[in-house]
Amino acid sequence: MSAGFSLSRVAALMVKEFIQMRRDRLTFAMIIGIPIIQLVLFGYAINLDPKRLPTLIVAADSGPASRAIVAAMEASGYFQIAPGLASEAEANEALIDGSASYVVTVPAGFERDLVRGTRPQLLVEADATDPAATTNALGALPQILASALKRELTGPLTTQQSVPAAVELVIQRRYNPEGITAYNIVPGLLGTILTMTTILMTALALTREIERGTMENLMAMPATPFEIMIGKIVPYIGFGLVQVAVILVCAQILFHVPMMGSFAVLLGVTFLFIGCNVTLGYTFSTIARNQMQAMQMTFFWFLPSILLSGFMFPFRGMPDWAQVIGSALPITHYIRSVRGIMLKGSGPADLVGEIWPLVAFWLAVGTLALFRYRRTLD
Amino acid sequence: MADGRPENVVIDIHGLTKRFGDKTVVDDVSLDVRRGEIVGFLGPNGSGKTTTIRMICGLLRPDGGSGTCLGLDILRDADRIKRQVGYMTQRFSYYEDLTIRENLDFVARIYDLPDRVAVVKRTLERLGLYQRRDQLAGALSGGWKQRLALAASVMHQPKLLLLDEPTAGVDPQARREFWDEIHDLATDGLTVLVSTHYMDEAERCHRIIYIAYGKIVARGTVDEVIQSSSLSTMIVSGRDVGAIAKAVRDQPGVEQVAPFGNDLHVVGPDPALLKTAVEAALAASGSDAVATAGETSLEDVFIRLMQTAQAADQPGNGKAKGEASP
Repeated sequence: MSAGFSLSRVAALMVKEFIQMRRDRLTFAMIIGIPIIQLVLFGYAINLDPKRLPTLIVAADSGPASRAIVAAMEASGYFQIAPGLASEAEANEALIDGSASYVVTVPAGFERDLVRGTRPQLLVEADATDPAATTNALGALPQILASALKRELTGPLTTQQSVPAAVELVIQRRYNPEGITAYNIVPGLLGTILTMTTILMTALALTREIERGTMENLMAMPATPFEIMIGKIVPYIGFGLVQVAVILVCAQILFHVPMMGSFAVLLGVTFLFIGCNVTLGYTFSTIARNQMQAMQMTFFWFLPSILLSGFMFPFRGMPDWAQVIGSALPITHYIRSVRGIMLKGSGPADLVGEIWPLVAFWLAVGTLALFRYRRTLD
Repeated sequence: MADGRPENVVIDIHGLTKRFGDKTVVDDVSLDVRRGEIVGFLGPNGSGKTTTIRMICGLLRPDGGSGTCLGLDILRDADRIKRQVGYMTQRFSYYEDLTIRENLDFVARIYDLPDRVAVVKRTLERLGLYQRRDQLAGALSGGWKQRLALAASVMHQPKLLLLDEPTAGVDPQARREFWDEIHDLATDGLTVLVSTHYMDEAERCHRIIYIAYGKIVARGTVDEVIQSSSLSTMIVSGRDVGAIAKAVRDQPGVEQVAPFGNDLHVVGPDPALLKTAVEAALAASGSDAVATAGETSLEDVFIRLMQTAQAADQPGNGKAKGEASP
């Protein structure tokens, strides 16, 4: 009787499976929620051709031609020109802390040289840490320049138009001159790998105790919720730091990613980031009823962390609402910090804008976890 | 036995009530336990034994009632109570993926025991597990797991030990040794509240409390509980007890009929009526079996208590109200 194929047996299993699925509301929500969220994120938030990138102008000369060039850049949609002019030092700082993606420098005597036809230089420096974010804009630049000059060089200057390029465009891809993708990906990977592993580890921390029946015993012992939380997250911070070391050594050996900044700063930021993650995972485990749910929550968190953090797709290409969500994720600030430290040599002062969100996030989820932790079996 | 001076009252609770949704699981339970006593907590499955124990040690918040445990308020001082209470859960709740020594070490650290290494070593030796200290706890048999759990829950020298069905699924010898250990601990002044389903274990307690459907329905020593039930028992011995059982079951004055091998225990509240019923059944069956007066056992009393509690519970049963939330 046991051999062969019984529809009744298959039906028994299917019915049981459906009943269990329906009882597990979180799984059910995920089945509905994940496709919707993915559709929205991929459909609306991701933009491989980022526009309106913040641009500073450093002008030692000013005149109709340079104004026309700046206006044309703005009109192209790729560049968002900051009002006013910046000093060279300010512009450099803005590139390092990431508040500007481009700096356009108009050298002294630009207008005069243009009229004379001696091909003045126009220097455009781009933050090339993320090649994907800058390639399109830089590619469009010669065309923008040509059409701006065409309108400007009229009358007696029309002859200059015939010269293939009246202005010598000098493009500097800062921090990643060769546009090597790995330089950008490795810091991002550091963030995503840590997000996945460290959140998952602690997300299972309490649910495993509940599933194995050891939670009741733990609760009957005189350990406070804070002690339990600290005891559960600290080992995983150590675990995360080991992972970081492995990734960094590989990054160095396999991809030759430069290390411009200090290891101490990198360690400090990494500690904060791992702290955020393990505490978040612990918070998940105070909410989830079993390990399965804890894993699903981790996955749910992982999705926006990959898509909205600037890891896979340029952050500045996303609409405002997606940038707001992205800014709430610790990984966004961590990836920016690591790119800054490794590629630009950023120090703590340059990273203040990335550090405080990490600290705030950590404190917030830690408080939530303590609030969520149930001291009784009720 | 300890007297009623306040320092000797270990558990003193009044009107303890716990509801899960619509269902009242523990209903107005009051009990007191004195120092050095071993009190058996009995009752059918789902009668509220575990829930009561969990409320005493602060794992559940009562919905009503008040009380003290070791002189501390069970509602406000749960944290301080936990330090002085040993609790052994129904299911083995130490870490199966830790070794025996690692488990004990963990517990010793949690309770901040001074001289931890020595305490753990002593515990291992007393358990007879010193040679196997590096074995995973998950690899132990049921009896050894239970001994480990007991050792771990008394390592911090609690004043009160709460045991929730500690011997479920353990062989008779291991159970006997377990109870010898419990008596040793009680002699040293430890107070024990132990829930069980086994009658022989109930008989090893100084006092028993019987709870059914969340209410205490009997308490006292084993003899007192049997006496207060005022049940009589007739034992029918011989062949064909099966046929006699059928015949006697519907007779007036017969409450319980239970075959024990070649014997048949017939229990009823009125001795005269019971005797008449049994004799009538014997005569009707034409069997050569003989009926003699027997001792009423604790089990007979418990089944009676359960049945009467069930009958009392049915009319106003919370279960009848609406569906439980999914």
